[in-house]
Amino acid sequence: MSDKPAVAFYWCASCGGCEEAVVDLAEDILKVVEAVDIVLWPVAMDFKKSDIEARPDKSIAAAFINGAVRTSEQEEWARLLRKKSRVVVSFGACANSGGIPALANQFGKEQILKYVYEDCPGVDNPGKTRPKVKSVDEGRVLTLPELHGMVRSLDQVIDVEYYLPGCPPTPKLIMAAVQALLAGKLPPKGTVLSPDIALCEECRRKDSKPSDLSLTGFKRPHQVQIDPEKCLLAQGLVCMGPATRGGCEALCPGGNMPCTGCFGPTSRVKDQGAKFVSSVFSNIAPKDEKGIDAVLDGIPDPIGTFYRYGLSKSLLRRKLN
Amino acid sequence: MTEKFEPRIVAFFCNWCTYTAADLAGVSRLKYAPNVRVIRVMCSGRVDPQFVLDAFARGADGVLLGGCHPGDCHYAEGNYKTLRRMRMLERMLKGMGIYDGRFRLEWISGAEGDKVRAVVNEITEKVRALGPLDMPGKFKEWDKEIEELEAHINQGGPRKEKLHV
Amino acid sequence: MTGNTEKHDGLPRVGFYICHCGTNIAGTIDVADVRKYAEGLPGVAIARDYKYMCSDPGQEMIAADIKKHKLERLVVAACSPNLHEETFRKAAARGGLNPFYFQMVNIREHASWVHTDKLAATRKVKDLSRAAIARVRFHHALDKQRVPVDPNVLVVGGGIAGIHAALTLANAGKQVTLVEKEATIGGHMALFDKTFPTLDCAACILTPKMSAVKSHPNIKLWTYSEVEKVEGYVGNYKVQVKRKPRYVDEDLCVGCMECIDACVFKEPKFRDKFNQGLGKRKPVYIDFPQATPKVVLVDPETCIQLKTGKCKKSCAEVCDRKAFNFEQKEKIEEIKVGAIVLATGFKTYDAGRDPNYGYGRYPGVYTALEVERLVNASGPTSGEVVLRDGKHPKAVGIVHCVGSRDDKSNKWCSRVCCMYSLKLAHLIKEHTGAEVYNFYIDMRAPGKAYEEFYDKLLSEGVHFVRGRVSDVTDWAMTPEEEGRLVIRVEDTLAGFVRRIPVDMVVLSTGLEPQADAQEVRRRFNIGCGTEGFFQERHPKLAPVNTFTEGVFIAGGCQAPRDIPDTVAQAGAAAAEALALIDAGFVELEPNTSHIAAEECSGCKTCVPLCPYSAISMEKAGENAKAVINEVLCKGCGVCAAACPSGSIKQNLFSDDEIFSEIEGVLTK
Repeated sequence: MSDKPAVAFYWCASCGGCEEAVVDLAEDILKVVEAVDIVLWPVAMDFKKSDIEARPDKSIAAAFINGAVRTSEQEEWARLLRKKSRVVVSFGACANSGGIPALANQFGKEQILKYVYEDCPGVDNPGKTRPKVKSVDEGRVLTLPELHGMVRSLDQVIDVEYYLPGCPPTPKLIMAAVQALLAGKLPPKGTVLSPDIALCEECRRKDSKPSDLSLTGFKRPHQVQIDPEKCLLAQGLVCMGPATRGGCEALCPGGNMPCTGCFGPTSRVKDQGAKFVSSVFSNIAPKDEKGIDAVLDGIPDPIGTFYRYGLSKSLLRRKLN
Repeated sequence: MTEKFEPRIVAFFCNWCTYTAADLAGVSRLKYAPNVRVIRVMCSGRVDPQFVLDAFARGADGVLLGGCHPGDCHYAEGNYKTLRRMRMLERMLKGMGIYDGRFRLEWISGAEGDKVRAVVNEITEKVRALGPLDMPGKFKEWDKEIEELEAHINQGGPRKEKLHV
Repeated sequence: MTGNTEKHDGLPRVGFYICHCGTNIAGTIDVADVRKYAEGLPGVAIARDYKYMCSDPGQEMIAADIKKHKLERLVVAACSPNLHEETFRKAAARGGLNPFYFQMVNIREHASWVHTDKLAATRKVKDLSRAAIARVRFHHALDKQRVPVDPNVLVVGGGIAGIHAALTLANAGKQVTLVEKEATIGGHMALFDKTFPTLDCAACILTPKMSAVKSHPNIKLWTYSEVEKVEGYVGNYKVQVKRKPRYVDEDLCVGCMECIDACVFKEPKFRDKFNQGLGKRKPVYIDFPQATPKVVLVDPETCIQLKTGKCKKSCAEVCDRKAFNFEQKEKIEEIKVGAIVLATGFKTYDAGRDPNYGYGRYPGVYTALEVERLVNASGPTSGEVVLRDGKHPKAVGIVHCVGSRDDKSNKWCSRVCCMYSLKLAHLIKEHTGAEVYNFYIDMRAPGKAYEEFYDKLLSEGVHFVRGRVSDVTDWAMTPEEEGRLVIRVEDTLAGFVRRIPVDMVVLSTGLEPQADAQEVRRRFNIGCGTEGFFQERHPKLAPVNTFTEGVFIAGGCQAPRDIPDTVAQAGAAAAEALALIDAGFVELEPNTSHIAAEECSGCKTCVPLCPYSAISMEKAGENAKAVINEVLCKGCGVCAAACPSGSIKQNLFSDDEIFSEIEGVLTK
């Protein structure tokens, strides 16, 4: 065994974008590889679960876990890595707050399975066959992970030391986090490794925001020609920037797309969606219920819009069925 | 559940109108249901949608928000700001499965002590008919599925086999 | 009653006190049970219950405990904070604790007085107490900001209430601006001939006060003017007053009224509003001989010069003071005052709303106010009670409670109608010798010498019929009723329905809020009760105060009342204003909001939300942060609720405080 600190990467319910972000460190990744001993990285290298199980407890310096926890397998891995690691970094929006997978918390498990295996157009499944946790075929026993009733953030399953926000976290933030870990300069437990100030601070469109928005309607990005200079909210687009933690250097607004909130809220906010609603809708133009409703109709999917990355960590966590 | 269900309702009342109306209801000795717990704010405009969600998440079966009538806000237009954000909050609550009057926004002026009585009684009866929301209980129930594995890992025993669906 | 001085759990040490309020609280709430419960809550170092917490011994107990038990927070469960919050803050301060380390729990108005189920009410009180104990931990030491008070006062309304308030304030050396929307001050009282129960002449007692207003060096009298806009806060109001054009220079006109004689209209032919339409006036006019200021004015609706520009202007020609100015325009003047007294009065019920009484249909039906003008020596008939058809009435019926005590119109008793009906009965009888009938529901004479006045009328040969009049009709059933008005009424003392033929019907109309009461109260940011009269801060203990500090109310704008009560109330309002001014400063509630610059992203969300423009961006361009001007902030907290990054905190209502309160009321 190497005397370099052992580091593990793992992915739960995620798209793989967080893995890409690690690769996006480009040549910097070589420095990381040089400094650490990677003991687990399923997307890139071949390790077995038994390798980790065989390690002494707390022998891994840091585990970077991305993705939400949706299945029993992911939960098992998360718990295993927690047991073996001194520091667990919740990596990216899905691990931090459920991310895109958590949008499934608007539906019950049965609703999801029925749709996917029966009702979805294109499904040809006359026998209505569904995957089973355990099945026996000619004497051979097959098992599959169990789908949980809801999507959870990593910290809803295991204790977590730090959070790297973003969908995915930017290479700059990843590098800063890794360097801090290697240097032993660890912030207090629970810290989100990104500035605790909203995104507008770093957005180059900030000055073009009028002080009084008084919006009369909302539009979606495909419905308008977006002015590349002007504040996106001022253009009637739902830009979550004011209610979202900065640190990404306003990449999406820079690319002419509104912020969708992947960095989550600042430490002072419990529920990003509710807080965003409180801010922007307090100042829409109409005063009467009918007029207000007409403006709100411009946002056909409020949950998907305001909790795009954070439904698991919203105050209500999932829809009641 | 053996104990009779008594709804727990959290109310946010603005100081100048609805809280004063509730004081007036008291001075007038009007009688109403004891299920509402009033939290005083200076203006209904101080009520952050997070407060409403937090109240539900912590076990409120209903949430009532009281402010001055439109045009009557002590702070000019705070109640309009409330109305706008709460209209959106209502849509979000519906999206999360909380509707049917568990959340209610009412304009009650300082002179309408009787309206406090009526509204409190109405929301109490409404929520009583809907039954408990009990989000803390639901959180616990939902998390049972992960407690099982935690227990298994801690004990190091064999994994309980379960058939899916 | 136990004290646990040893308790240390890392939390600030809380003292919890629950008041019995005699039996007001303790009759419904098991206070001992709540006290025991509170003792067990985290951080509670001492919990006590006491018969009257607000009493001196109660307050002393708190102050002594703070010192003895080293209390760091104080929670008192008693009545509404609107009543005693200040009392207990002061008690905390006497004990050496910052007064804002205190939270009050309203268990009387919000619990013991409104619930009957003792167990459930006690449970509620425990929840509320737990929440207060949880939230008070997050309180901070705060200071009240002192701002100086402008010593000038605005009085709105020039009726007897406004006149009396203005004179009282001016006599105390304050500079008063009295704003009246009509061309003269005097209000309703100037319309009356005599006043009950003394029957002294209204003009004789009112006009000296009116001229005192006009000549007082400390009073600026602005008639024909209206308040347009009010900005600012207690002690520092900025008021815009619209001054309507009279087309006559007020400073030049001496009120000789020669212009009225010289007007191209030889005869008065336009409706005389002051005389309730019973007389006529010319386009250039003065309301009545003692009008104050004694300045004529020109009605732009009827003046040929103002309508067409083609009059020979004989009025202006005859004026040797050259006071006429047909080019005069409305102007807005701004004044700064520390306090405002609203004495905007009332209006009388529109008798036409009760068609069964025939007002507007039968010429013989009058309102009481019209009769006031008819019996008035300076009225349109010089005090002769002559009907619209020129005849003198032989029999007169006075119908009480028109637009009062009636589910169909106004539920309230107008308080003055019984007495003024008696007065009019006396005056009509005196002037005409007619048979006078009073139709009443019951006689309300609760005032000094009022019942005696009723007794006097009973002995004067006036008829009293107890019963509500059903209708007034000209449909005659007997020759005696022919050509007369018949009052149909159930005489509830005699027990049968009567028809009483009369020549004149007087409708004793009730008192209502002014038509623009809602607009006016919004302008001054005060409230109205359901019936539309201005809302006092407390019906008994603060009857001339409003929920807006520095704005006081007096007279008929608050509720129907007679002249003695109005004058007493006006004096009280003036005294309240004086108390405010002579203190020299006001202390502002420190529930303002503030922004942590290092947390603010400069998104500007808060800026347009502030109703007082108290939020601005610190500097333009990059890295601009929002800042709140604490003096302008009035503590609504709308910005704190809306700040999308949670960077605005409202003192006494921070997120921590409110979230802990939510948690507190819901913890099982």
